[in-house]
Amino acid sequence: MSKAATKAGPTAGSKPARARAGRPHAAWALPGVLFFAFFAIVPMALAFYLSFTEWDGLGDPRPVGLDNWSRLLDDPRLTQSLWLTVLLTVCSWLFQTVVSLLLGVWAAGKQRNRAVLSAIFFVPLLLSSTAVAVLFYALLDPNFGIIQKDTLGSSSGAFLAIVFVGGWQFMPLHTLIYQGGARQIPAVLYQAAAIDGAGRYRQFFSITLPQLRHTITTSSVLIVVGSLTYFETVLILTKGGPGTDTAILPYLMYEAGFKSYDFGYASAIASFLVVAATGLSLLLVRLTGFGSMRSTREGM
Amino acid sequence: MPRPARTRKEPAAGSPAPAARRRHWTRRPNPVAGTGALIWLVVVLIPVYAMISASLTRQDQSLDGNPLKPPSDPTLENYNTVLDSGFGHLLANTAIVAVAVVGLVLVLAVPLAYVAVRTANRWSGAAFRLFLLGVAIPAQAVVVPLYLLIAKLGLYDTLPAVILPTAAFAMPVSVLILTGTLRDISEELYEAMALDGASSLRMLFQLVIPLAKGGISTVVIYSALQAWNGFLFPLIFTQSDGPRVLTLGLFNYVSQFGVNVPALLASVVLSGIPIFAVYLVARRSLVSGLMGVGGK
Repeated sequence: MSKAATKAGPTAGSKPARARAGRPHAAWALPGVLFFAFFAIVPMALAFYLSFTEWDGLGDPRPVGLDNWSRLLDDPRLTQSLWLTVLLTVCSWLFQTVVSLLLGVWAAGKQRNRAVLSAIFFVPLLLSSTAVAVLFYALLDPNFGIIQKDTLGSSSGAFLAIVFVGGWQFMPLHTLIYQGGARQIPAVLYQAAAIDGAGRYRQFFSITLPQLRHTITTSSVLIVVGSLTYFETVLILTKGGPGTDTAILPYLMYEAGFKSYDFGYASAIASFLVVAATGLSLLLVRLTGFGSMRSTREGM
Repeated sequence: MPRPARTRKEPAAGSPAPAARRRHWTRRPNPVAGTGALIWLVVVLIPVYAMISASLTRQDQSLDGNPLKPPSDPTLENYNTVLDSGFGHLLANTAIVAVAVVGLVLVLAVPLAYVAVRTANRWSGAAFRLFLLGVAIPAQAVVVPLYLLIAKLGLYDTLPAVILPTAAFAMPVSVLILTGTLRDISEELYEAMALDGASSLRMLFQLVIPLAKGGISTVVIYSALQAWNGFLFPLIFTQSDGPRVLTLGLFNYVSQFGVNVPALLASVVLSGIPIFAVYLVARRSLVSGLMGVGGK
């Protein structure tokens, strides 16, 4: 590393050296890339390989061709699970985006009470997802809980509970993101709109929303990717039940692998997730313009 | 659109003071939004209140009536029950994991972001895109093969089995946050340091790191939260009491305490106290760090 580091120094002042100023050797990125590749990219490829094998967690995986895949495509639980995963993502996105956008824009104001309220809103984020799931597991208990009904025992109740609990926990994060975004909107825009006679609601739809589009993208991507991490919420609150009515894809994968020791089949489900995830991240690159390697601060 | 007349006259009456100009759109009270915020406040506070009040209720009284009733005879015995069941050990493990994850992420991601921003060639571009794609890889998708890797490395049921994958999965977002920050350091500063004969390494420590403090603290917060929140990796890569972390401990309490709901809730309260303490001390940087995530 130090060899590469000395490169830029000695001939400073001459044109080419100045152009190279502070340009470290690409090898500096290597440790990070290798580390990430080993623990994330290689396993992703390995998941595809394992989906063509039979493996019970002991001994070595045994190739079985397309068996897992043909089984998977015939499995009615997969269709249900895919549908559930999409539905959960859409419902979570709607719930969290609407509420946190409104709260965030409101909290971007400067009055004292807003600061105090924002501080209280933050509290759920201080608990881990597991703690939040355990909390609601207790509070939704039919004998002990707030609602003296078996909420988690009915399909729709269990599903709505997962949407609500996820929202309850992550809303503070998205509210903060929107608050930060709203504060960066130049006041001149609102002044100009006011001069033109635009009222509060008109200003919200014509200025606030369009100006927040990058923030909305970032927050939405986080919500969509994050809704897959509702795994612990599902595991603790409903165990995928009643029946398999809240068994989202990650949960289905967990059951196949770490409950039934059917790792080949679990890998086939995981491969499904990888495809969905890759699609999502390509979308992310498109929507955020991160790929253009420019600071989004410019042009604000 | 109810009051255009008044606002339209304002500019004619001389330009308003700069402070007032900045707050222009937020100055007026907004009763609808204010009411909405109050409703959400109630939604946030009821579970928190119910949790604390129930954790102070004697177990034999906990089943009559709902948890919204304040405890008639408050007791700390539930907290004793939890503390006696090895809570300190869980907390210590979680702290070790968090510190190790934050350290690993910083050591690996800072030079990586520096290269991605400053060295424009094929390789650094490819490295950057790798992390861009990595943002959306859910840990669930790779947990089975990771289980195989961890087992082959002989790390199963150890703390490194939790630390290494957690750090790896915190990398993509950290790299994105850091590259966002580093792009705002101006070319002139690098050139000025180059004129002084500074090496890339010296620039990293004397220019890049000091100027990227905001991004770095966001990354610290983000990766520490990942470690604090981690559930899947500990669930699958550890088994015994030795390397057990807090989240897994809470999960086990669900079956261990069974119907002892007050003790269960006391454990949730206890698990929140350390990070609540951090919040009280570092509220400003915690909040502004997370706020910055969307600003980019």
